[in-house]
Amino acid sequence: MRKRYLALRVASEQPVSERDLTSAFWNTLLQLFGEYGASQVGFGLIDYNPQKGQAIVRCSHKALEMVRASITSITEINEKPAAIHVTGVSGTLRALRKKALS
Amino acid sequence: MRKFVDLHLRPSIENLDEMENMVRKSSELGYHVVGISLPPDIKRDEISQLQKICRDSKMDLVTRLDFVPKTRRELLDNLRRFRRRFEVISVMCTSKTIARQAAKDRRVDLLSFPSTDPRGRFFDDAEAELASKALSSLEIDMALLLSSEGFSRIRLLSCLRKEVAIAKRLRVPVVISSGATHKHLMRGPHDYASLAFLFNMTPPLALRALSEDPLAMVERNRGKLSPDYVVEGVRIIRRKNDCPDV
Repeated sequence: MRKRYLALRVASEQPVSERDLTSAFWNTLLQLFGEYGASQVGFGLIDYNPQKGQAIVRCSHKALEMVRASITSITEINEKPAAIHVTGVSGTLRALRKKALS
Repeated sequence: MRKFVDLHLRPSIENLDEMENMVRKSSELGYHVVGISLPPDIKRDEISQLQKICRDSKMDLVTRLDFVPKTRRELLDNLRRFRRRFEVISVMCTSKTIARQAAKDRRVDLLSFPSTDPRGRFFDDAEAELASKALSSLEIDMALLLSSEGFSRIRLLSCLRKEVAIAKRLRVPVVISSGATHKHLMRGPHDYASLAFLFNMTPPLALRALSEDPLAMVERNRGKLSPDYVVEGVRIIRRKNDCPDV
């Protein structure tokens, strides 16, 4: 299965833990696409730096649009206003780190 | 490079700090042109102040006025009074009469439908045909989609899907805007394009709705508001004193 890696920037008024980020993502994905859709995305959190608010996630390349739409739809994390911006997308981790996090 | 446009920021005009933050955020997200909803009685020096804020963030400000008329008469009166003072005029269509009048009036740039209820949205074939002749565009505020949830979001997505299909068939330009009242509702142009996937807009079409289509509208209106504009296709290129042979 081909994969896509996404670099994210988390903007929130309060610190966001890895657990909160993952559960916010899954909740939105389930709301938008249901369990059948969620089972197809192959989502995984690869790297997260809460201090810088930077994260890298992985998904199936066929589900890229679904994952981007879900990430964009997140407006709250832990009942506090938040936004997650996709800063880069790549087919390899190395290229993504070079492109988005440099 | 593609120039992205967010034609609908709705910060509080009294709070200049918040406005500055939102304009800066818009610039960080990759936009070059930003439209801010202004009150009709705004003064020239206040607009200059806003232009300075935008210039500092390397953004181009588009002055915009949103009408929420209750009657057809009110819409026509407002258009007559304010059309020449603002670069973009949007009409929030809250009834079918207003929607039809707004769609056929060439002074209206954007048709907006604030309701998530299908009965409160009037963008059907007839509306689209009128809009297509009058060169008005259908505006989709993404804040409405981001802030709704559950059944109201399901209804909204279903309406947007139908409206986008009608707009595409009858060649009505679609403009995607943020409609954000605070910075947590703002997203980058590519993020909006991926959200537009939810109502069947392909990424190239969505990106056009965030760049070429709104930009063409702004440029057309700026041309019309310039003192050199006479009528469609005719403009003054030189005045009496500038002509060496006269």
